[in-house]
Amino acid sequence: MKERTLLLVDDEVEFVQTLAERLQLRGFQVHTAHDGDEALIQLEKNRFDMVILDVMMPGLGGLDVLKQMKPLYPKTPVILLTGRGSTNDGIEGMRLGARDYLMKPINIDELIKKIDENLSRD
Amino acid sequence: MAESRWWRYFKLNIFDPGEDLKSADRYRLLQRNIVVLMMLVTIIPLTLMAVINYHQYRSSLTDEIINPMRLLTSKTKHSFELFLEEKLSTVRFITSAYPVDTLANERNLNRIFRVLKKEFGGFVDLGLIDCQGIQVSYAGPYDLLAKDYSDQAWYHEVTIRGTYISDVFMGYRNFPHIAIAVQLGNDECDNWVLRATIDTYLFDNLIVAMGLDAQSDAFLINDKAVFQTNSKFYGKVLEKCPFLPPPGNYGIHIEEETDPNGREVIVVYTHLENFCCNLVMVKPKSVVLKTWFTLKSEMFFIFIIGAVLILLTIFKMTGVLVKKTRDADERRELAFRELEHAHKLSSIGRLAAGVAHEINNPLAVINEKAGLMKDLVERAEPFDKKEKFMEVTASIQKSVDRCKTITHRLLGFARRMEVQFELLDVNDVIREVLGFLEKEYLYRGIEIRMELDENLPQISSDLGQLQQVFLNILTNAFSAVEDNGLVVIRTWEQDPETLGVSIEDNGCGMSKETLNQIFEPFFTTKKGYGTGLGLAITYGIVQKLGGRLKVESQEGEGTVFYVFLRKTPPSNTGERR
Repeated sequence: MKERTLLLVDDEVEFVQTLAERLQLRGFQVHTAHDGDEALIQLEKNRFDMVILDVMMPGLGGLDVLKQMKPLYPKTPVILLTGRGSTNDGIEGMRLGARDYLMKPINIDELIKKIDENLSRD
Repeated sequence: MAESRWWRYFKLNIFDPGEDLKSADRYRLLQRNIVVLMMLVTIIPLTLMAVINYHQYRSSLTDEIINPMRLLTSKTKHSFELFLEEKLSTVRFITSAYPVDTLANERNLNRIFRVLKKEFGGFVDLGLIDCQGIQVSYAGPYDLLAKDYSDQAWYHEVTIRGTYISDVFMGYRNFPHIAIAVQLGNDECDNWVLRATIDTYLFDNLIVAMGLDAQSDAFLINDKAVFQTNSKFYGKVLEKCPFLPPPGNYGIHIEEETDPNGREVIVVYTHLENFCCNLVMVKPKSVVLKTWFTLKSEMFFIFIIGAVLILLTIFKMTGVLVKKTRDADERRELAFRELEHAHKLSSIGRLAAGVAHEINNPLAVINEKAGLMKDLVERAEPFDKKEKFMEVTASIQKSVDRCKTITHRLLGFARRMEVQFELLDVNDVIREVLGFLEKEYLYRGIEIRMELDENLPQISSDLGQLQQVFLNILTNAFSAVEDNGLVVIRTWEQDPETLGVSIEDNGCGMSKETLNQIFEPFFTTKKGYGTGLGLAITYGIVQKLGGRLKVESQEGEGTVFYVFLRKTPPSNTGERR
């Protein structure tokens, strides 16, 4: 099976790095970005199988990134992470074209499950 | 300046009897103050007017009523005087016109007497008395010839003063009469006396001519208060009169007295010139002042009616006014309290959300770090403390999960607005929630009695929120009861719009103080392990769903929570924050 490439975007450096490492341990290739602008640059440079996007970020937020990338990469699935414990952001994101959302702190098994689901759909 | 300060003080004390008083007392005081003030400004002028009018009318009416009495008495007095003067003149004329010798002849005297009776009337007899006091000639119906008058007082008086009019007396004839005597003389002796007796029925005629009403009386009395004519009420001729005339000669004297029959009377005395007598007129006040009494009672009646009307109006109006004020105050206070509560909930919600969000990020980092540790240890070769490491990381993750529950709940408190309505069966929701708690109540032996109305219609509400409501109330019920306690859950259709759910426990109950605070955020009786948010959230949710929450509790007996839920969602859903 071809190695899947993920883009993980979150402003909390420790979180991004640790989660990336855990995903790598589970056989994914993971690129990271720490804000919205960096994420858009990464998207331009590489082709990703999936983007995991935090909603709350300084500057360009997750939903803004989603809005901008959707016309450019309509086929790339997006899973949102939200820290507000609210379903509102998730629902709004799904309206904008995200595939799913998870509330932080996340359960790694749940994340893997959602990634698998969305990747196998393609 | 002083005036405005005074007015402020006055206003403050009358219209605002103190913020610190209990509200019922405050409104009662307010009502009392307004009533007293209004009574003062209405009844005092009314009373003043009534008193002034009373005195004015009284003085003018009294004058108008007393004056006619005075006039009548004075007129009658003149009639009496004229009458007596006329009789006296007649007798005097006889003594001047006829010499003693002519009068001594009985035939002549009889002739004169006949003329007298015919022309003047009132004369009863006529007699001539000689110097020794012996009646020597007599004309009249009685046999009084040779009667000796020498030892009688009047005889001596007439010989001294020349003329004499006697008091009324019975004399030998045994009916009331007066005697008029005039001295005359011949060559031998000066002390002859011509004496005429006059019938007093003529007095009665004069009194009748006064035209008195049935209640009034008029009579003659002498200076010693002995009746000279019959009185209607107070006695017969020669009896003692209860009214004493003023001494000496006087014009007209008016007195207010109480007669022996206990009547209040007005007595008018007047003294007759040249005669012993006083003319007395007695009129009961009730007759004299009849107009006045009528007027007075009418005035009193009007005053009383006016006062009663004013009082009724004051009481009614003040009552309505104060009640309206009170209602308005209470409504305002209630609205204010609700607003305050909502405001408090929302600001606490914002605070909680902020805190939860800030904590969520480091929590996510801890979660991932621990996860990574677990991943690494899992994938490592077996080593000395591998099992222990696995345990520790699992334990860290478990704690993170607990924190996550708390932060999510705090965030949930802030986002009560997110309501999603769907059709659901309240009984099912309750059964589901009980399912969550099954372990606890089975373990503690708590008896759950379900009295659910199986025909309960479905309602449109939010499943998650409703679960939260029942979960919170049931959790509270479970912590209130002892092991083996009882919790009764009932559902029913309250009215076509509303369903009722009650959750009753036989636990420790609550004091009134606690009861007043249970919906306050962060109020808790579970020292150490309660967040104090459960019932505040419950309250918020039920309000949000358009329902109502009611609690009844008796300390030591138990608590009942009532949840009233609307069948259809409220119209303003999602607009309120």
